[in-house]
Amino acid sequence: MHKIDYEDQGLFHSGHAACPGCQESLALRTILNALGDNAVAVFPPSCGAVICGPHPYSSLTIPVFQTTLESAAASASGLKRALNQRGKSDATVVCFAGDGGTYDIGFQALSSAVERNEDILYVCFDNEGYMNTGAQKSSSTPLHASTASTPAGKQSKKKNMVEILAAHGIPYVATAATGYLHDLIAKVHKAKTIQGTRFLVVLVPCLDGWGLPDDAGVAVSRLAVESGVWPLYEVEDGTRYTLNKASRERPVNDYLEAQKRYRHLDEVRADEVQASVDQQWAQLLARVAGSGAQSAA
Amino acid sequence: MNANHTRMLLSGNHAVSWAARLARPQVIPVYPITPQSPIMEKLGDFSAQGQISADILTPESEHSAMAAAIAASLGGARVFTATASQGLMLMHELLHYASGARAPIVMFNVNRTIGSPWAFWPDQTDSVAQRDTGWIQLYSETPQESLDTTLQAYRFAEQVSLPVMICHDAFYVSHAMEPVEVPEQALVDGYLPAYAPTHMIEPGRGESFGYVIDQKTFNQTRRELDAAMAAALPAIEAADAEWQRLTGRGYGVVERYRMDDADRVLVTMGSMAGTARVAVDELRDAGERVGLLKVRLFRPFPVAAVRAALAGVGRVVVLDRNFAAGSGGMLFQEVKSALYGLNGSAPPVHGLLAGVGGVNVTPEKICQFLAGTDGAEPANHSVWVE
Repeated sequence: MHKIDYEDQGLFHSGHAACPGCQESLALRTILNALGDNAVAVFPPSCGAVICGPHPYSSLTIPVFQTTLESAAASASGLKRALNQRGKSDATVVCFAGDGGTYDIGFQALSSAVERNEDILYVCFDNEGYMNTGAQKSSSTPLHASTASTPAGKQSKKKNMVEILAAHGIPYVATAATGYLHDLIAKVHKAKTIQGTRFLVVLVPCLDGWGLPDDAGVAVSRLAVESGVWPLYEVEDGTRYTLNKASRERPVNDYLEAQKRYRHLDEVRADEVQASVDQQWAQLLARVAGSGAQSAA
Repeated sequence: MNANHTRMLLSGNHAVSWAARLARPQVIPVYPITPQSPIMEKLGDFSAQGQISADILTPESEHSAMAAAIAASLGGARVFTATASQGLMLMHELLHYASGARAPIVMFNVNRTIGSPWAFWPDQTDSVAQRDTGWIQLYSETPQESLDTTLQAYRFAEQVSLPVMICHDAFYVSHAMEPVEVPEQALVDGYLPAYAPTHMIEPGRGESFGYVIDQKTFNQTRRELDAAMAAALPAIEAADAEWQRLTGRGYGVVERYRMDDADRVLVTMGSMAGTARVAVDELRDAGERVGLLKVRLFRPFPVAAVRAALAGVGRVVVLDRNFAAGSGGMLFQEVKSALYGLNGSAPPVHGLLAGVGGVNVTPEKICQFLAGTDGAEPANHSVWVE
């Protein structure tokens, strides 16, 4: 246990519509606090959009534009260009999108925004499915996870968004998790110092969609990192890899057993998930070694 | 050339580029598509030469172009974009979003067939099919009118907080070159003050857009949209009148051409109005009492002007260069609807599908179409002619 230093800037308010124990609202609070108030936010439909609150209330102090599901990156681009033209180029335009709005329907607009190197911060709250609509599968849903649309388990692997964006040569892309808020805060601060498109994908375990008790979100988030399912790392300019937590401490099974979405797994399929994570970890280590960047202890 | 304008030989599309340059938009999100592309290419040239300060954003699709346009507009910037055909189809979801968000975007659409099958010909189905998206819509007959209407559009769009779509026909107007009077920048600056919205998204301002809303408040937004459309009509007329005062060129929401004493009236939109003018002239020369009603404003539909123009006329023949399977030509539907309740003075209305798919319609053809309605009872559906 360690105390998290947190001086609340008053940018995110209680009384919002998130489920008790929601990891996404924790991430949102943390990121907004690190960003400060010289910012405007774009939300496509998502749990995040619900958490913003129903009109005429807002849980965010900063202005918000809620756009269509596939348009977050394009909307942020237009908003940023407008603010630049109006002499407000120091303002941060930040997207808060879910994995459906990022990996799936919003991917085309995101890829184009990264290609143009739009000066925006794009945060993906990754809960590995369409949790706001009842927990259907997205292309971020991992292998064998059960969802409302893949009740017997998803047959294909999760899309690797970090590698895809690194291949765009994006100035900054990083993973984060709600179990490691210091790391998340540091990455927001780092992203603020960088020009161009910056992308943070934050693993936000969904209590309802993943089948977790209300108080288990942070613990499961930590299990994801400790088992190597969700490595914490950064890629700068598409080439310089930094691994923020260099060791794996647990078998993947520890992570799987904590969640109802994996309770149908037999040993064979659990081993397949472990093998998939091993392969991903080895690839990541090779990337880190190949890029010459240092990995943290 | 006089103090107020320069005369240039321009295609319809380049006339639109000049209008966009003169309106001083700040953000231009745009995606290429035939036959719109010369509009964006010319704007790119202006930008490369430092003649415009607008930020040109070139995303991966028309959908993202419109998404960026809406956000830029809500961010307090004056916005221009242009598209055609499939591009407008791809934008459809966001066309509703733009009007719902009350973003006064000005967009030029070059009317082109929509697939399947593929084609590149003049056909107004693309924009007419967007009639219910909450955009003001106008149809232009000439490059000069396209330039003038684009500039007028910013004035009333920003007054009533509604997006505006101006349309001209592929190739007949978009690529045909004509002498165009391009007004001086100072004249346009006087006509179009800088965009200064009362609501916008910017840091430090306690305003957000697009949150989930309850039934009653949603209903209220649509009532307000309705009121804005109603307010648009006098704003459009006033913008046109002021432009006429400044330049000598005004168009009206409809134009009545040689309609005094006319017992038969052709009704159409866009470039076909130019063709119909020639047909009317020829028939008038032959002593026939024929006139033309050009519908320039399609949304809000100028019901009162259409009723005033057509009440008591012996016969109305609507020429539609658009087609909706199951309902026919949309201008025919609109005109009939506008005339409902005239009772004794209601004219019989014939709806002809003329030129759908870009089929060439000559003045001679129009004379034949009109003659074909002699002694005929009007059908209650549109009729194909060729």
